[in-house]
Amino acid sequence: MLSFISKRLLVALLVCLTVSALSFGLMFVSGDPAIAIAGSGGRAEDAEAIRVAYGFDRPLVVQYLDWIGSALTGNLGQSIYFNVPVTEIIGNRAGVTLTLGFISFLVALVIAVPLGVAAALRPNGWIDRLALVIAVSGQAIPSFWLGLMAIVVFGVWYGWVPISGADTWQGYILPVIVLSYYAIPELMRITRSGMIDVLATDYVRAAKAKGLPMHLVISRHALRNAVLPLVSLSAVQLGQLLSGSIVIESVFALNGLGRLAWESLLRSDLPVVQAIILILSLLYVVLTTLADILNAVLDPRLRGGS
Amino acid sequence: MTEMMLDIRNLKVSIPTDRGLLNAVRGVDLQIAKGETLCLVGESGCGKSLTATSIMGLLPRYAKVTSDRFEMVGQDLTTKTDAKLAKLRGRDVAMIFQDPTSALNPTLTIGRQLTEGVMRHEKLSRSEAEARAIEMLDRVGIANPAARLTQYPHGFSGGQRQRIMIASALMGRPKLLIADEPTTALDVTIQSQILTLLGELQADLGLSLLLITHDLGVVAAIANDVAVMYAGRIAERAPVAGLFAAPRHPYTKGLLAAIPVPGVTPRGSELPAIPGRVPGLIGALRGCAFRDRCAIAGAECAHDPVPRISAAQGQFIECVKAGEVTA
Ligand SMILES: Nc1ncnc2c1ncn2[C@@H]1O[C@H](COP(=O)(O)OP(=O)(O)O)[C@@H](O)[C@H]1O
Ligand SMILES: [Mg+2]
Repeated sequence: MLSFISKRLLVALLVCLTVSALSFGLMFVSGDPAIAIAGSGGRAEDAEAIRVAYGFDRPLVVQYLDWIGSALTGNLGQSIYFNVPVTEIIGNRAGVTLTLGFISFLVALVIAVPLGVAAALRPNGWIDRLALVIAVSGQAIPSFWLGLMAIVVFGVWYGWVPISGADTWQGYILPVIVLSYYAIPELMRITRSGMIDVLATDYVRAAKAKGLPMHLVISRHALRNAVLPLVSLSAVQLGQLLSGSIVIESVFALNGLGRLAWESLLRSDLPVVQAIILILSLLYVVLTTLADILNAVLDPRLRGGS
Repeated sequence: MTEMMLDIRNLKVSIPTDRGLLNAVRGVDLQIAKGETLCLVGESGCGKSLTATSIMGLLPRYAKVTSDRFEMVGQDLTTKTDAKLAKLRGRDVAMIFQDPTSALNPTLTIGRQLTEGVMRHEKLSRSEAEARAIEMLDRVGIANPAARLTQYPHGFSGGQRQRIMIASALMGRPKLLIADEPTTALDVTIQSQILTLLGELQADLGLSLLLITHDLGVVAAIANDVAVMYAGRIAERAPVAGLFAAPRHPYTKGLLAAIPVPGVTPRGSELPAIPGRVPGLIGALRGCAFRDRCAIAGAECAHDPVPRISAAQGQFIECVKAGEVTA
């Protein structure tokens, strides 16, 4: 197990290095960053001054090492637009996105997993059909439309919840509903199909033959094996929810990371864009690594060795 | 009269399919006396597994099971079958499956899988249950059993896994053990070891054993009685010696002729397979199901129902031509 974890962490480290190099490279894909900052109509001297001030005149490798070195000490540079440290801006915005992402994920999980299990226990039963309706509609309805409808109905008509902002906890209700509704179908589908496969196995029959009550057969023998693909999917889904949704944050006027990334892109505030991309990519690496380790805890065959 | 550990009459199992109702088990009678071994033989697809699985109450929900009488380990299960069966599984009745690789949960330790049943049923503490698990593993020939409790199934060979499955089945000290082709998935060299082990355990523990197998050599060695199944019914049932010496049903004769029996069939001799195929079991089957493949079939074989000719207690054949067969 320890050797599995250390191998997995080594892989994660390599991915992190690649990801950081790519994020760094982003600064240059749109052309000369100095000109981008100075504005395309600016004078050449201005661009040259910026190039020196920001260190763009140094070799790329030096710039990268410098950047990654400061990133490791928590310094992600200055925002060009606000002229304050990037970490400060991101710190102000991350809370909303993290809260929204985690809560939406938990809500989705709490609804999708039991529904998927119940659907698998009686395929074509009424729960299964209901689950299918939820899944199909969840995938067919665009989240911005659902979000707007929710605002109109619950915010404007009934006035039950605030229609924008996240100053109070009520402000999270509608965005959480919309985001989790979007995450539920796939989580539910993978739970259902995993459970159907596992319920047909001999070891589940053997567990029943032992005289175990159904709830133990399901929780101890079936679910434990059926959640393996669910764990991997959850890492990706949670990653998506935490990366902030530009659409949802815009519809509900939430000042999260998704919106910040979008606005910074429009303002050519590249250090902020770069930092957000780096942080989110690292988040994905951490989540998928955790998922792999969790799966190895659940299934001894994945650990390698014995 | 001897005490019956299993007495089931007119067992029927039907499964709805896209093409209609599949009547896979069509009126099976099975009796097993205390401490005896009944072997159930027959070509694949004739309903042996469904019969065994329905006795354990482990068929999928959509399967329809009925019987006129269902008594097991001294209890009448004819009514409220599911609820009563739930109280017997893992205690008085246990089952061993065909493929030990898929019958052990890959994510749980051997110790957990062996002990979880009795810890619930008999309220044993973990250490008491583990002590019994060690005893049972030792009994089925797993070396160094105490150390193996913490291991997972993938650390064991196929033969060892089936030994573990047998140990697991014995944990609840069953009176009746059902084994459905317990060696088919194993290496040929291991097969006879496992079957010999089963035979020994049956004798030592006084178990009643329902053994489904293709291995007629094993049947000859450990069965008291043999039931020959064809297309969802028992075609012939007889004590083992009588069946091998003088098979009476044409299907039994064909089966015995088609399978080499070690020490009986000369090596390298041509085995005549039974011509034709098992009939489809969708819908009703009238008359003798074997008549299309039977060398001595005549017009009377289409009559329904096929007469059952009983000889001694628990011994019968279903064949209208029975007289001619023995002649
Ligand atoms: N779950 C099931 N669904 C549909 N048909 C089945 C199912 N289980 C068994 N059958 C069919 O019932 C018949 C008897 O099967 P089975 O009892 O497994 O035979 P055997 O064990 O003698 O080989 C076969 O034709 C098989 O295809
Ligand atoms: Mg079978």
